[in-house]
Amino acid sequence: MNTNLLVWIVLAPLLGSIINGALYFYHIKKEKVSDLTFSLIGAGTPLISFLITLSLFLRMNDEGIIFKQELFTWLNIDKLNINMGLLGDNLSIFMTMFVTFVGWLIHIYAIGYMRGDKGFGKFFAYFNLFLASMLILVLADNPIILFIGWEGVGVCSYLLIKFYYGKAENVIAANKAFIANRVGDFGFLLGVVTLFFALGEVDLSFTSIEANLTNASPELLALSGFLLFVGAMGKSAQIPLFVWLPDAMAGPTPISALIHAATMVTAGVYMVARFHFLYIDLENIGLFIAYIGAFSALFAAIIATRQNDIKKILAYSTMSQLGYMFIAVGLGFYSTGLFHVFTHAFFKAMLFMGAGGVIMALHHQQDIFKIAQHRASLPIIGFTFLVGVIAISGIPPFSGFFSKDAILAAAFQEGQYLIWAIAMFTAFLTAFYMFRMYFIVFVAPTKSSGKYVYTSRTITIPLLILAIGAIGAGFLNFPSIFGGSHFVDSWLSQLNSKTIHLSHTSEYILMIISILVASAGIYVAYKKYANFDVSKPEEEIGLIGNKFYIDELYDVLFVKSSKKLSVFIDKVVDDKIIDGFIMNTSSNFINIGKKVAMLQNANVRFYAAFMLIGMTCVFVYIYITLGL
Amino acid sequence: MISLTSYAFVAMMLFSIGVIGVIARRNIFVIYMSIEMMLNGVNLFLVTFARYHFNMDPQVITVMVIAIAAAEAAIFLSVIILLFRSRKSLDTDIFTTLTQGEKS
Repeated sequence: MNTNLLVWIVLAPLLGSIINGALYFYHIKKEKVSDLTFSLIGAGTPLISFLITLSLFLRMNDEGIIFKQELFTWLNIDKLNINMGLLGDNLSIFMTMFVTFVGWLIHIYAIGYMRGDKGFGKFFAYFNLFLASMLILVLADNPIILFIGWEGVGVCSYLLIKFYYGKAENVIAANKAFIANRVGDFGFLLGVVTLFFALGEVDLSFTSIEANLTNASPELLALSGFLLFVGAMGKSAQIPLFVWLPDAMAGPTPISALIHAATMVTAGVYMVARFHFLYIDLENIGLFIAYIGAFSALFAAIIATRQNDIKKILAYSTMSQLGYMFIAVGLGFYSTGLFHVFTHAFFKAMLFMGAGGVIMALHHQQDIFKIAQHRASLPIIGFTFLVGVIAISGIPPFSGFFSKDAILAAAFQEGQYLIWAIAMFTAFLTAFYMFRMYFIVFVAPTKSSGKYVYTSRTITIPLLILAIGAIGAGFLNFPSIFGGSHFVDSWLSQLNSKTIHLSHTSEYILMIISILVASAGIYVAYKKYANFDVSKPEEEIGLIGNKFYIDELYDVLFVKSSKKLSVFIDKVVDDKIIDGFIMNTSSNFINIGKKVAMLQNANVRFYAAFMLIGMTCVFVYIYITLGL
Repeated sequence: MISLTSYAFVAMMLFSIGVIGVIARRNIFVIYMSIEMMLNGVNLFLVTFARYHFNMDPQVITVMVIAIAAAEAAIFLSVIILLFRSRKSLDTDIFTTLTQGEKS
């Protein structure tokens, strides 16, 4: 059904961004604009988007329709016809719902977090721009529009990571994020191009791609599926393009919460689900995605156990949870994967925001041991943090349990026992490192008096709302063995996801195993860290503490080697070979010229001798040829 | 009777001495004289063969050559005088102003 409301979901934050940007220029050039103005515009526009989405969602739920909006024809060249169109089907409205909702809460949180910052207005301008790009990505009705959003979120991520661009390391982190994403984006773009060539004359909207898929050659489709997933690897920080995510934590904490935990990094999962009709027939590619997901999950979880920076632990856990989502979508359980995206958005955004509150209370201290040494009393943050940690560890009835358990059951049902085992072990590690962080930050004994620090309401209220989400979101997809309705699965029925149909007994056993595994993780963490002496911090040493030396490896493999290559080309190929060749050629001509010029030395006697030689030659020639 | 070879040999000697004089000597007068010597070597050849073949044509040419050489001598000597005035020297190696670049 056509509607003109869809575009306003995108336009609201976009206009907010433009107005805030203009106001910020006015603010720095002419007279001061109050923070209140910036925050009203900045936090108000996501609310508008959310309310529009909510109204569309309710209508869809009642009438069972999907929304479409054609804005204009963007490109029309021969076969290539790209409409600027938005699509509000069940999948995109599902994503839009929590993106706008969580986005709105984080905007409110950012008002408190960024208070008094010089770049307050700029921050909200970027933040709204990010939300607009993310919504374009989600609501796009063809891959090209999706790519606009895809690049838009990349740019905003870059701008926000180096928000404090005064520090060189922030700029380096932003560049790293941008460049790593560029590798992925290149793959994504190639994937779309391959898809276009595979399909031939179609207008490239998702519906017509789906309809024409049978005409295309399977090899090209497989290639395209693989290349699109390379894009997802970059955006969603999977092996091997994950290195940017931990460094991206250099940005302000609301950025980490919204961009690098709740929304942007899940774009890869969304994209795979969006192309579900492509991936459903590509079982090998799907399995490859699942394995990449499983190994990323394990790898990140192992590293997270030895990190001391509170935001980096959360960053690695984000990567790990994204791995879970890729296991699900890779195996064809799209709605299960998206359900984990959904629950993860709540509890991970909450964890980041809680971490931000702690960091702020301790004047930008991010080392968990130092936080513990100067512990402050933060009751609400402490409580919400505990909720988040329990949720991510997978303890029922918190939301993380349902979504993660569904993924584990899916891997088990598909017979991918290796993936299942890896995921199970990762679940153990997740519970361990999350509770390690919790125990050290909030529980372990410390000399600090723990005085109460006031936290702004704009920080605590969003946290409490998200805590409700983190506890309750799981019930949206309550498993049927407990008499649940599988709301998310049925809402996303368009994806033709596989469903879990194990026997009740095995489903119970799997659940019990995963609860036991999570509890074991918590128990080990409790034993080791609940009474840990925080004055003697663990050091980030050894293979794991140094993140398996992946950064160093990439540095040697790509950065140093390309630098060496450029130096080689500059100093040797250009200076010696090319310049050498050209300079040699010219100096050779000069030298030859000089030698020839020596014949004309105006020395009469020399000329005479030369004449003599010449004439002698002529006579000898005549003598020989004529035989005289 | 003196053989033809002897005449030819003398003529060739004259010519060769002339050639070597032109190439090897630097004094412009000596060069001029060497050129005259070459001319006379050739003249001797022509006369010799005229006598040998009883043909008057080479003798005509010889007279012609002598006449032209005399005219040429007039021009040559005046050029030498001009050169000497400009450089106060008769060394041919000094007159190199027509070379390319550098020099002088």
